[in-house]
Amino acid sequence: MPIVRIPTPLRKLTNNLEEVTVSGATLGVVLDELNATYPGLSERIVDENGVIRRFVNIFVNDEDVRFLQEKETPIQEADVVSIVPAIAGG
Amino acid sequence: MSTKPWFSNLKCRECGRLYEKEAIHICEFDFGPLEAAYDYDAIREVFTRELIESRPQTMWRYRELLPIDGEPTVGTQVGFTPLVKADRLAKALGIRELWIKNDSVNYPTLSFKDRVVSVALSRARELGFKVVACASTGNLANSVAANAANAGLKSYVLIPSNLEQGKVLGSLVYGTNVIGIKGPYDQVNRLCSEIAGKYGWGFVNVNLRPYYAEGSKTMGFEIAEQLGWKLPRHTVVCMASGSLLTKLHKAYKEFIDLDIVPKSDFSIHGAQASGCSPISTAFKAGTEMVKPVQNPDTIAKSLAIGTPADGYYAIRSMKETGGSCEDCTDEEIVEGIKLLAETTGIFAETAGGVTVACARKLIASGKIPKDESAVLCITGHGLKTQEAIVGKVGEPRVIGPSLREFEALVADEVGAKS
Repeated sequence: MPIVRIPTPLRKLTNNLEEVTVSGATLGVVLDELNATYPGLSERIVDENGVIRRFVNIFVNDEDVRFLQEKETPIQEADVVSIVPAIAGG
Repeated sequence: MSTKPWFSNLKCRECGRLYEKEAIHICEFDFGPLEAAYDYDAIREVFTRELIESRPQTMWRYRELLPIDGEPTVGTQVGFTPLVKADRLAKALGIRELWIKNDSVNYPTLSFKDRVVSVALSRARELGFKVVACASTGNLANSVAANAANAGLKSYVLIPSNLEQGKVLGSLVYGTNVIGIKGPYDQVNRLCSEIAGKYGWGFVNVNLRPYYAEGSKTMGFEIAEQLGWKLPRHTVVCMASGSLLTKLHKAYKEFIDLDIVPKSDFSIHGAQASGCSPISTAFKAGTEMVKPVQNPDTIAKSLAIGTPADGYYAIRSMKETGGSCEDCTDEEIVEGIKLLAETTGIFAETAGGVTVACARKLIASGKIPKDESAVLCITGHGLKTQEAIVGKVGEPRVIGPSLREFEALVADEVGAKS
């Protein structure tokens, strides 16, 4: 099953798990499933209109989903989804 | 160590939720960035021009507006770089009055990053970190490595593996752990975000970001003080993540609110390289939605951040202050470096070339009116990015140690004859 990496600020909602496995054919479905298992998680990631929040970056296998198909991005069994907060410059 | 009351909390810039002053950087509820919050009423009671002027000429003379609890312990000599009146450059660009804020001679690593690192590492010590780290396009790595070395902290710096040699050597020499990552800065950033949570290190631009970012304000405070306690009408600054621009804005606003300077109109303008201009592109398109650049391609590697964390806020700052935004090609960057050097004697890195080139466009287009005054912020030294100008500034003419050869060489040059 696809693995989702949970950033530190959200681990309070995942019993401190760094990684969880969630099934789903697209990123949107994965996020919905994630929320079913860990209630409250998806509202932190997407806003009230269902759009990925401005300060959240989501990567599927190291590729920013904004360069893929955003929430419609297909997810394969072996994929790794990372949720990463925006970071200041350097 | 005394506990000062001025720095009160961390606060989400989006929803305003308050957090304790820990090593955290984003809001748990909306991922908004956390920012240092202060008790301005308490600060107002003590913070005056006279107090500031009574202190040593470093960035710490504004310490009430910096987010640490006790006395600074790292980078105590950073800042107060020259503000240089640049009459010859003003003439070349066709503007009445021009100043250069020259952070290319910031101490100790010749870029404005010493300001942010000074705050971040002072705070890292207060929070008990023994290991500090950063994701960097070069200048931040240099500064973390140097300041950590001086403070006796262990450090790791993660950089894109293709950086300029000056920036790589300028980290290695301090005995830090340099890790080159195959990929652009945004990938380094992503990796660091994952590392920061795992190893418990103090990452200056990840979990220490709220402290780090505030250090940039001191550039704005100094500009205002050095202009004789007034704000510049126009400020032009280069943008990577956009953080510095937003902090100049905050600095100017804080000085107005605390009655340190009189209220006056000011505009802040942003400059990017066309090969990585997500903020400029969004600004010009009239949107606040910053579309990431997947494969940045510019000689201004220190600005090559495709996913600028503060892009949204930078656009809001430019709009709110009536500022504007430009970008420039690699050729224009080199021309900017040369023009600055030839008219002011200041050798800027590629990012400085971006600032000069974009200022030229902003003045030419009237976005900065020719009869007004502007400050250009030069953020790093040209010795760090020498590759960019190799072969573009001429070569030495080589002769034997012979008077005849020398005279033949300069015979036709105007003014060479005594």
